[in-house]
Amino acid sequence: MARKRTLETWAPWMALGIILVVWEVICRGLGISEFIFPGPWSIVLSLREFAGPIAGHAWQTFWTTMVGFAIGIAVGVGLGFIIGSSRFMYNALYPLMVGFNSIPKAAFVPVLVVWFGIGTVPAILTAFIICFFPITVNVATGLATMEPELEDVLRALGASRMDVLIKVGMPRSLPYFFASLKVSITLAFVGSVVSETVAANEGIGYLMMSAGSQMRMPLVFAGLIVISVMAMVMYEFFAILEKRMTGWATRSMNGP
Amino acid sequence: MGNFVDFRNVDLAYDEEGGNAIEDVSMSIGESEFVAIVGPSGCGKSTFMKLVSGLRPPTRGTVEVAGREVGGPLKIVGMAFQNATLLPWRTTLDNVLLPLEIVQPYRANFKHKRGEYAERARALLETVGLQGNEGKFPWQLSGGMQQRASICRALVHEPKLLLLDEPFAALDAFTREELWCVLRDLWTLQKFTVVLVTHDLREAVFLADTVYVMSKRPGKILLRKEISIPRPRDLEVTYNDGFIKTVHELREHIGRIRKS
Repeated sequence: MARKRTLETWAPWMALGIILVVWEVICRGLGISEFIFPGPWSIVLSLREFAGPIAGHAWQTFWTTMVGFAIGIAVGVGLGFIIGSSRFMYNALYPLMVGFNSIPKAAFVPVLVVWFGIGTVPAILTAFIICFFPITVNVATGLATMEPELEDVLRALGASRMDVLIKVGMPRSLPYFFASLKVSITLAFVGSVVSETVAANEGIGYLMMSAGSQMRMPLVFAGLIVISVMAMVMYEFFAILEKRMTGWATRSMNGP
Repeated sequence: MGNFVDFRNVDLAYDEEGGNAIEDVSMSIGESEFVAIVGPSGCGKSTFMKLVSGLRPPTRGTVEVAGREVGGPLKIVGMAFQNATLLPWRTTLDNVLLPLEIVQPYRANFKHKRGEYAERARALLETVGLQGNEGKFPWQLSGGMQQRASICRALVHEPKLLLLDEPFAALDAFTREELWCVLRDLWTLQKFTVVLVTHDLREAVFLADTVYVMSKRPGKILLRKEISIPRPRDLEVTYNDGFIKTVHELREHIGRIRKS
C-alpha cells in the first residue's frame, strides 16, 4: 500500500522524465536544427547561459502579473458581490459581463498601448482584464446559490440583507472564490506575457519576442519554461491556500 | 389559553396569475398550544409558515401574533426545516449560537456574554442528546443528529413560537420516533407554541393538541380536530386503539381530498 502511494507521488515526475528523454531522442535522432525545435538539453544550456537576464525579465513579468492579479481580485470580488447579492444587478450586469468576456483580450492590448504607452501598465491591465471574470462569476455564484430555507431562518429573526450576506453568503462563497483564484492566476500570466510580446521592453514576453527574432530558439523555449514554472508554482500556492482556508468544503464530500 | 396566533380570512397569492396558495384561512392558536397542519403535498403548508413568521404579508385578511398584526419578520420565531441547513464551516455549537448573533437583545452583547450563551447552547444540545458533539462539524454528524442540532438552533433564542416544516421527513423511522420524543420533551419543558407542518399523520396525532387538515391548492382548512389523548404521551400510545382510530379518521379525510 505504502509502495503504491510513493509510486503515485512520483508518477508525474516519471512522466515528465520520459517526455524529456523522448523529446531529446527525437531532436537528436532526426537531426532537427536548434533553430527550429531545440531539445531539452540545449534549453537547459541556454537557461544557464542567460540566467541573469532571464531572472530579471522573469521578475518583471512576475510582479506585473501579481499587480494585475491583485487588481483582478479586488474588482472581481467587488463585482461578484454586487452581482451575486441582488437579483436585479444579476439580471442587469451578467449578460454584459459575458459579452465582455467573449472579447479576445489580446485584441485589447493595442488599445491599452494607445492609452498608456508601451511598458508595464498595459501588461498589468491586460493581466487584470483577463483574470477578473472567473473570480466575479464564482463569487456571484457562491452568493446566489444560498439555500432559501437558510435565508428564511435568518430573515425571520430580523436579519438584514447585510447580516445574511456576512454570516452566510460570504463564507459560503469562499470555496468558489479560492477555486477561481487557481484559474485566474494562470490566466493573469497569459495576459501579462501576451501584452509584453506586443508592447514592452521588459519581461519574459519581450525576451521571447526578441530572442525569436534573432532565431535563438533555445532561449525562446527557456522563456516558455520559466513562465510555466512560475504559473505552476503560483497555482500550487493557491491550491494549498484553498485547502487550508476551506477544508470544510472538500472534506464534507466524504463525510457521513 | 389566550389566542397567540390569529388568522382572519387570510388569502395569499405569490403572483397575480398563479392564483391563491392558501385561501380564506381562519384559525386561532392558543399560547403554548401544539398545532399540526397536515394535507396533501403542495397544499400551501409552507406558505402558512411564511405568513406566521412574517416573511410574507397576506394578500387579503390579517395575521396577528401575540396580539399584534404581523408586519415584518417576527423575532420571537424559531424555524427548522426538512433539511437541517446547518452551516458546514461552523461547529455544531457555533451553528446553534447563530441566531444569538442576529436577534436582539442578544446580538448587542454577544461578544461580552459569549461564554454564557455557549453554556446555554451546550445545555440545550444536552437535552437533545448531543453532548460531546459541540465541537464537531455538521458533516461529521448523522442526519438525525444534524436535525437535532437544527432544532436547537431554532430554540436557542427562546422563541415564543416554533415553526417546523416537515422537520423529520428525511429521517428513517426509528430516528424519527426518537426525535418525536425529543421534541415532546422540549415542548413539555419550555411550553412554547408550536406549528408543525407534516404529512405524517401519526406524527401529527402523537405530538399535537390540535390537528388541522388542509385541502389541495388553494389550501383551505377543511377540518380541525382536537386530539384528546392524555399527556404525557409515550410512544406506546401510538399502538392504542384510540390513537389508531384517530389516525384512520384523518387518513380518510386526506384520501377524500386526494380523490376530489
